[in-house]
Amino acid sequence: MEILLIIIIGLLYASGIYMMLRRSLVKLIIGLILIGHGVNLLIFLVGGIVKGKPPVISESMQTLADIYADPIPQALILTAIVISFGLQSFAIILIKRTYKVVKTDDLDELNPQGEEI
Amino acid sequence: MNNPLIVLPVIVQLATAVILIFFWGKTTIQKTLSLIAGVINVGVAVWLFKLVWVEGIQLMHGGGWQPPFGITFVADVFSAVMVLLTAICGIAVTQYATGSIRNKLARFGFYPILHFLLMGLNGAFLTGDIFNLYVWFEVIIISSFVLITLGGEKIQIEGAVKYVTMNLLASIVFLTAIALLYGLTGSLNMADLSLKVAEVDNRTLINVTAALFFIGFGIKSAIFPLYFWLPASYHAPPPAVSAIFAGLLTKVGIYAILRVFTLIFVPDDFMQQLISWVAVLTIITGALGALIQNNLREIFSYLIICHIGFMIAGLGYYSEVAFIGVIFYLIHDIIVKTNLYLVAGLIYKIKGSFNIKRLGGFYKHYPKLSLLMAVPLFSLVGVPPLSGFWAKIFLIEGGFADGQYLSVLAIILGSVVTLIIIAKIWTEVFWKEGVELPKREYIKYFHELRPSKQQAVVIPIILLATSSLFIGFGAEYVIQVSKHIAADLTDTSSYIEAVLGSLNPLQP
Repeated sequence: MEILLIIIIGLLYASGIYMMLRRSLVKLIIGLILIGHGVNLLIFLVGGIVKGKPPVISESMQTLADIYADPIPQALILTAIVISFGLQSFAIILIKRTYKVVKTDDLDELNPQGEEI
Repeated sequence: MNNPLIVLPVIVQLATAVILIFFWGKTTIQKTLSLIAGVINVGVAVWLFKLVWVEGIQLMHGGGWQPPFGITFVADVFSAVMVLLTAICGIAVTQYATGSIRNKLARFGFYPILHFLLMGLNGAFLTGDIFNLYVWFEVIIISSFVLITLGGEKIQIEGAVKYVTMNLLASIVFLTAIALLYGLTGSLNMADLSLKVAEVDNRTLINVTAALFFIGFGIKSAIFPLYFWLPASYHAPPPAVSAIFAGLLTKVGIYAILRVFTLIFVPDDFMQQLISWVAVLTIITGALGALIQNNLREIFSYLIICHIGFMIAGLGYYSEVAFIGVIFYLIHDIIVKTNLYLVAGLIYKIKGSFNIKRLGGFYKHYPKLSLLMAVPLFSLVGVPPLSGFWAKIFLIEGGFADGQYLSVLAIILGSVVTLIIIAKIWTEVFWKEGVELPKREYIKYFHELRPSKQQAVVIPIILLATSSLFIGFGAEYVIQVSKHIAADLTDTSSYIEAVLGSLNPLQP
C-alpha cells in the first residue's frame, strides 16, 4: 500500500509540475489541482497508515493501549481539501475572466508592458 | 499564562467583516463602521502590546486543549508588535480607501474583504501552530486575490494570474513541508516542534524540510529567484490595495521565515551561507530592477524586493545584533512601504500619471505636500535621523561581527542604489519643470474632490509619516523593543517554556 501511494504521489507531483510549465492557462490550473491532490495524499502517507485500528478508547480502558490510526492527518487533509477547493474555484473563474478580457489562453501573450500611465 | 483575550485582534476584524457584509452596497455606512473598527483595532493592539510587554508571553488554548495537542495562540512581543503595525497600516489604508476607492468597488465588498485580510494577518502573527499558520496564510491569500482582481480591469487580471499562481504554488510547497515535518515529528505545535526537530536523527530529511519551508515562505516574501510575480502584479490594483500588499503581505512571509528559522530549524553553517547568498542576490536584483523602471509603483515594487534582501541578510548573520537590525528594519519598512504606495496613489490622483518622466513640478505647485512626501522617501534611504538609518547600523554591525563582508557590501550597495533612485524620483517628480498632462476622463482628480475627501487621502499619509518620524526620532524605544525581540529569537527557551509549561522536558 505504501509503495503504491508513494508512486501515485510522485506521479501526481511530476504531472502537476509538467502541466504547470505548459503555456496554456487551463493546464496551469490543472497542474495546481494535481499537485494539490499529491500533497493531500502525502499528508495521509506520512501520517502513517494503520489498518483497522480506529482511535477509539473502549469503555473498559482509560487510554489507548494498542497502536492506533492517527486521526490528525485526516483532519489536516480535510482542511486542506476545503481550502484548495475554494482557491481552485477562484482560480478557474479567474482564468475564464482572463480569457474574456485578454482573449487568449496563452500565458506568453499576457504582456507585462501596460500602456504608459 | 492562559488568556483567551489575546485573539481579540482576530475577533475584532472578523466581527467587523461580518457586520459589514450585512450593509452590502451601503458604502457610507461601511466606511464609517470600517473606520470605527480600525480605531478599536489600534486600541486592542496597543493593549495587547502593553500586556505582553509587562506580563510576558500570553497564551490561548483552543478548546481548552493543553499544548501540544490543541491549537495554541501565542502572543509574544514579536507577535504583538506585528499586530500593532498591522493595526496602524490597516487604519491608514482604510482611511485612504474612504477617499480614493470608487463607490463601484466599495459596493462589491471592498471593505469586508479588507477586514478579512487584516484578520488573516493578525491570525498569522498570533498563532503558535504550524498548520494553523498555513490556514491563516490561505485566509490572507484568498482575500488578497479578491482585492487584486476587484474592478476587473485588464492590467489587474493580467497581474492577478501571476499573483494567484505563485501564491497557490507557495501554499502547496508550504503544505508539503508541513506534511514532511508532521511525518518526522508527529507534532504541529511550534514550541513542541522546536524540541522534537532537534531530536530527529535523520538530518538530511530535516534539511530538505527546512529548504521546502524556505522556498514556500520565500515565494511569499519575494526573495531571489522567486520574486518575479511581485513587480508583475503590485502595480495593478488600486493604490490603497497595493499599499496594504506592499506593507504587510511580503512581511508576513519574513515574519514566518524568522519564526520558523529561529524556533524550529536553527540554520547550520551551510544554510546560513545559502541564506546570505540569497540575500545578496535579492538585494542586487531588486536594486538593478528598480533603477531601470519609470513607473513609480514599479520602482517601489523592486525596492520592496531589494529591502526584503536586507532582512534576509540579517537572518544569514544569525546573531543577536543582526536580529535587532532585522526587527528594526521590519518595523520601519512596513510603515514606510505602505506610505510610499499611498504617496504614489496621491501623486497619480493629482497629476494623472505614475510615469516619473511625464510628472514634474510637484514642489512648485504643492510645496507642503512635497515636504510631507519627503518623509517616507528619505526614511527609505535612511538619511539620519530618519527611521531607516538605525536599522542599517545594527545590520552592518552584525555583518562585520559575523565576517560576512560580501553581504555587508551588498547592503551598502543596495542603500546607495536606493539613494540614487530616490534622488531620481525627487528630481523628476518634484523639482523638474512640469508639463500639463492631458486630462483623462476616468480619473477623479484631486482638485475635483470635495475637501472632506481630499483630507481623507492626505491624513493617512500624515499618520504614517508621523509614525516614521517617531521610529526615527524615538529610536531609543524602538531599539529597546527590537532588543527584546532579538533576545527572544536567539534564545527561544522562554517561548518554549511559556507554551509547554510543565510538559517541557528542558525543565527538571
